[in-house]
Amino acid sequence: MTKLKKILITFTTLAAFIMGPSHAATPGNTFVMAKDIADIITMDPAEVFELTTGEITANIYDKIMMFEPEDLQTLVGGVAESWDISNGGKTITFKIRPGLKFHSGNPVRAEDVAWSLQRVVKLNKTPAFIITQFGWTADNVDALVKATDASHVQITITEDFSPGLVLNAMSAGVASVVDKKLVMSHEKDGDLGYDWLKSKSAGSGAFSLKTWKANELVTLEANAGYRHGAPGMKRVILRHVSEPSSQRLLLEKADVDMARNLTPDQVKGIQGNSDIAIDGHPKGTIVYMAANASHPILGKAKVVQALRNLVDYESMANSFLAGQFVVHQAFWPGGLWAALETTPYKQDVAKAKSLLAEAGHADGFELTIHTLTNSPFPEIAQAVQANLAKGGIKANIVTLEGKTLWPKYRAREHDIILARWSPDYVDPHSNADAFAHNPDNRLEAKLTGVLAWRNAWADDASNALAVKARNELDLDKRKKQYLDLQAMLQTKGPFVIMFQQNEQIARRKNLKGFVSGSNFDLVFYRNVSKN
Amino acid sequence: MDQSTASGGQTVGPGLALPSKLIKIVGVLTSLLLTFIGLTAITFVIGRVMPADPVLAIVGDRASQEVYDQVFLQLGLDKPIYVQYFRYLSQLVEGDLGTSIMTAQPVAEDILRFFPATLELATIATLLGIFVGIPMGVLAAVHQGRWQDHIVRVIGLIGYSAPIFWLGMVALLIFYAKLDWVAGPGRLDVFYDGIVEPVTGVLLIDAALSRDWEIFHNALSHLILPASILGTFALAYIARMTRSFMLDQLSQEYILTARVKGIPEWNVIWNHAFRNVLVQLITIIGLTYASLLEGSVLTETVFSWPGIGQYITNSLFNNDMNAVLGGTIVVGVCFVGINMLSDLLYRLVDPRVR
Repeated sequence: MTKLKKILITFTTLAAFIMGPSHAATPGNTFVMAKDIADIITMDPAEVFELTTGEITANIYDKIMMFEPEDLQTLVGGVAESWDISNGGKTITFKIRPGLKFHSGNPVRAEDVAWSLQRVVKLNKTPAFIITQFGWTADNVDALVKATDASHVQITITEDFSPGLVLNAMSAGVASVVDKKLVMSHEKDGDLGYDWLKSKSAGSGAFSLKTWKANELVTLEANAGYRHGAPGMKRVILRHVSEPSSQRLLLEKADVDMARNLTPDQVKGIQGNSDIAIDGHPKGTIVYMAANASHPILGKAKVVQALRNLVDYESMANSFLAGQFVVHQAFWPGGLWAALETTPYKQDVAKAKSLLAEAGHADGFELTIHTLTNSPFPEIAQAVQANLAKGGIKANIVTLEGKTLWPKYRAREHDIILARWSPDYVDPHSNADAFAHNPDNRLEAKLTGVLAWRNAWADDASNALAVKARNELDLDKRKKQYLDLQAMLQTKGPFVIMFQQNEQIARRKNLKGFVSGSNFDLVFYRNVSKN
Repeated sequence: MDQSTASGGQTVGPGLALPSKLIKIVGVLTSLLLTFIGLTAITFVIGRVMPADPVLAIVGDRASQEVYDQVFLQLGLDKPIYVQYFRYLSQLVEGDLGTSIMTAQPVAEDILRFFPATLELATIATLLGIFVGIPMGVLAAVHQGRWQDHIVRVIGLIGYSAPIFWLGMVALLIFYAKLDWVAGPGRLDVFYDGIVEPVTGVLLIDAALSRDWEIFHNALSHLILPASILGTFALAYIARMTRSFMLDQLSQEYILTARVKGIPEWNVIWNHAFRNVLVQLITIIGLTYASLLEGSVLTETVFSWPGIGQYITNSLFNNDMNAVLGGTIVVGVCFVGINMLSDLLYRLVDPRVR
């Protein structure tokens, strides 16, 4: 045998070993999705505020109150079986469902529920404001949130808030019920188990966390003893695939059951595939522009009104945003309770020019739009740039990563910002508090979490209505007040609200039952099944 | 005349050689130490003066000022930058690289997980570059100006200039999606995850050690495409440089003499000309390997390969400075280690260097 023949035989054998289908389609009892999960930085529900972990922990932990996948519109008891409102709406007593168990096998006790809320307040991580706004502090929370007996938890708020709002807040991630016994067995130096729970789970939800390998995968394992019965899938795997094109290939090859981050072009390209379905899920994320009111020109109400009339919303929604965003012009997302669905603005250049002339800027002016680097923000900014040019406004675009953009925004160092916002929990107060309520506009007040403050805008009427709606006990009146508040902010204030997200998810047709609600933490895996 | 002064430590008697060697070792260690101090200092300062906010990377953009200030103090950002740096260095001396913001894990553990993935990829890619690139370069040089040379140059040009991101996507489309010859993105099918006990972190070795050939096959099937794509870059570079070095050698008079003496052509090429380009090639291969060990972010992104390149890049975007510094140190160690290895290899292949 010649040398060449030997080499050829060796090469062919090696190639035969390497090549050939070495992979199989996903097993029938496992749900695999391709998703960019690089945003995960913690699994502790007291700290979780990222989109991916909001979704994951919603499937690991049962909250005190919940929206269930069977009916995303109705707030029902989660760990709480029932609740009683007393003390003029300032005290709520929850009765805990009997017989619930954590994944560890420990029983879910009233003590666990109270401790979970106390822990959030004491750790005081970013999402803690959702419940500390009720007047709870590290010093008083033990007295204001307590287990009154083995099956009852009593919470008392010191601020004036509608009990409806408080109940809605009890469906947020910070109201996840954590296994005190298990977590405290891993406590180090009085950290309430914070270090341990960052990468572990201690819940009673439909799934438990089996593995989290950062930038690689997250594996969840079904809780066969879940109160609604065992989930349809034995295992759920979130596989980190940051590149959308790779997600598409994996889906087409059935190596994953679902692709979560496809671009509009890829969705278009995949639509002809008979094995794949594309589902639209309206989300609570809104895209808006905001003008810094401390800017000498942008601080004028007529100039902002002119901006509202210059933007060509429909044209964008029907072209490069088609399928992924719809026109929405109020601060509370459409489809949710108390949402204002009217869209009073469309491009009207003549009206905008007249408003600019009235404001003393008939010849236009120059400004900078700061926005994010990721799609669709640069594309929207370019379209807006062209729109504003029609009114004689020369807009320069600066795109920045979030970590660089947000410090500028929080320091009021922008002219116009083009960004997104999604509710922290399912109550209109969540967005009203950000867009319409700025109780102290001074720079040194540093209300950096409030969008109105970041844009140096405060208005007495808006502030008063936001507080009134927040405190209102009567649901119908409260709804009317939020509708009025949204209408008010459509004509005054620094915001030009433009779009609402419609998340497009591609899945293999044999997979059913995936539920993705309006909020980032209303995504449920437990009803997923495969043919 | 003092002999040691005249001829240097290497040629004097054994009594004087030891201190000279010691001085050399101390010199090397000092330069290594200074290199690492410089490396960490520059990276640290760049990280701190970047406009990205490390606090917001942890608390998110919606955090209240109170939460922001709390984390700001926890990170020690209120201290002068040199105090922060020396605090980091003192931790480093104790072997503590800190905890990553992005993964919530100690940076040392992250590196132990991400670096073997890159090591595996870069090694196969470099081997491909060596075993295919060198013969190609020699072939092109021997057949200069003929069709063999043109083909090698075109391949070299493509490998060198084609965007690796595009090349990766096209390769995935053809060999994974259409032909089904290899496995897709990722390091292993997710169902195999956690089955093999990690010993070295290099999946092929770990699977072989545990004699799990199914997983070995799966890992190899996932590895071959990204390694080949990354290898085209190495191959192109090595082939071009080999061709250039060989052309230089083949035009020397000693080659003409060898041919006139009737020495077989393959002997002239491989034993005479090629041996003389080996030292230069070792430098090229060393640099190529070191640059691949930094991690190729684009290849790792397209192939969802959890390597050190993605880790450092993600960390940098999120101002996760502990992770960036940890990654930088690893890259520094790779460069220094490969340089030292190259120096040793010079001594093996070239008696003049000994």
